[in-house]
Amino acid sequence: MASLLDHSARGETVGYSFSQAAAAPVKQHGFYPYTDNGGSTLGITGSDFAILAGDTRSTSGYNINSRMVPKVFKIGGDAETGEGAHIILSVVGFAADGNALKERLDSIVKMYRYQHGKRMSVSACAQRLSTILYQKRFFPYYVTAILAGLDEEGKGALYSYDPVGSYEREQCRAAGAAASLIMPFLDNQVNFKNQYIPGSGEGHALEAKKPEPLPQDHVKQLVRDAFTSAVERHIEVGDNLQMLIATKDGIQEVFHPLKKD
Amino acid sequence: MNHFPEAWGRPRDDVYGAYNPSYLQTSGPKTHTSSPAVTGTSVIGVKFNGGVALATDNLASYGSLARFTDVKRLRVFGENAIVGFGGDVSDMQYIDRLLESIDIRENYSSHGNMLNAKNLHTYLSKVFYKRRSEFNPLWNHVLVAGYDGDGQPFLSSADLLGTTFSAPHLATGFGAHLAVPILRRLFPDEKPLEEVSKEQAIDALKQCLKVLFYRDARSLDKYSIAVITKDGIDLKENEQIESQSWAFAERVKGYGAQTK
Repeated sequence: MASLLDHSARGETVGYSFSQAAAAPVKQHGFYPYTDNGGSTLGITGSDFAILAGDTRSTSGYNINSRMVPKVFKIGGDAETGEGAHIILSVVGFAADGNALKERLDSIVKMYRYQHGKRMSVSACAQRLSTILYQKRFFPYYVTAILAGLDEEGKGALYSYDPVGSYEREQCRAAGAAASLIMPFLDNQVNFKNQYIPGSGEGHALEAKKPEPLPQDHVKQLVRDAFTSAVERHIEVGDNLQMLIATKDGIQEVFHPLKKD
Repeated sequence: MNHFPEAWGRPRDDVYGAYNPSYLQTSGPKTHTSSPAVTGTSVIGVKFNGGVALATDNLASYGSLARFTDVKRLRVFGENAIVGFGGDVSDMQYIDRLLESIDIRENYSSHGNMLNAKNLHTYLSKVFYKRRSEFNPLWNHVLVAGYDGDGQPFLSSADLLGTTFSAPHLATGFGAHLAVPILRRLFPDEKPLEEVSKEQAIDALKQCLKVLFYRDARSLDKYSIAVITKDGIDLKENEQIESQSWAFAERVKGYGAQTK
């Protein structure tokens, strides 16, 4: 009689499939949370300005999603127009992470202003951005960020990042799909790498040309040249060039057409 | 029949073989959707002068099986916003319920539902991004159509990873390969939106649906089309692709079962 009431023993004695659940093999899931949306960005500083530029193409694989998806943003300004901002941020890589990162930094810079009654300095913002990136060290924002603005002395400031928050201040930096095409050009044309003063000596005595801050018009032309060249050799770069220029008068935005093929 | 009520109504192991217990997993890690099950194919959308048009076919596939042939994949939100769903149908139904609850809540508020298509798109993309960040994605690629805050026509895309982009004409899935080139040829970038009429946009969508039906094996000739203008939404859900011509089919050579 006792055996009729003994429910726990049934599963084992009868051997129905629903009692064997514990022996199930563990299933692996195959969801990859990242994608690459292509594109390239570039930043150069001068003595009293900083320029951040990026193309506006968005890709997935060989498809062009859209020809107008800007990658460079004003940080800490009006939500719609970006008015009143003094910091610029470019993000390239996984666009969804880039947007999330932009919105977090934007609200932090805004909150700083409300809480302290003054604008956040570019160096403070740079350190904060590094912290945001590092907080997601083990599930990173898959983006290469560049932050720019004017420092406390009014000089152009530019900070470049890796996806997990390592950063340094530089004169110029290219990031994204065509970074490997643009960066050597910048090394040569901005930092005058491999350029020597003619007739200054023979062999090791040859004197290297010293880098110095370039005028704004010259830098703008370098940026346009860099992108027109990158468009020729990289399929993920093209459509339009977006340029944000930070000066003491605020941030100016300009667009130039690039090849759409 | 035996005297164990738990076993009644279940397939017998000695007849049907043991049930694959991996579906009844009780131990091990918590599992999430790692692939879609019942899916819808392309969604296509075009902006025109004063509005937006969106279209999908009415098929929900189960792998290569045309499982449900009367599934409406265009969902209305509020007064003048439409969401077109591609991807997992159960996730579509979940999102639809989510949007319905927002719509009801908004309508009970004193100001009524003031959310436009742009707000809706922002919301959806954040839902997608949050779920992908939890490794529990909603397996969809959607197009949102309607108007932005300034009353301008709005068309934008959001997908399971939270990626978003906007363009005068968009298509998801197979449509990204087949429909977008047709739309880009019909409405090139140089042509301003003011020169695209409602009729041209609708004709273009019908043409794209036909090409998709010819070439996308997971598509159907029954479709839904929504046209959003300032007068409201004109949603037709039981349309049929017309004037098909399969004459091209016999000239298709060079692959498949053909030997010559």
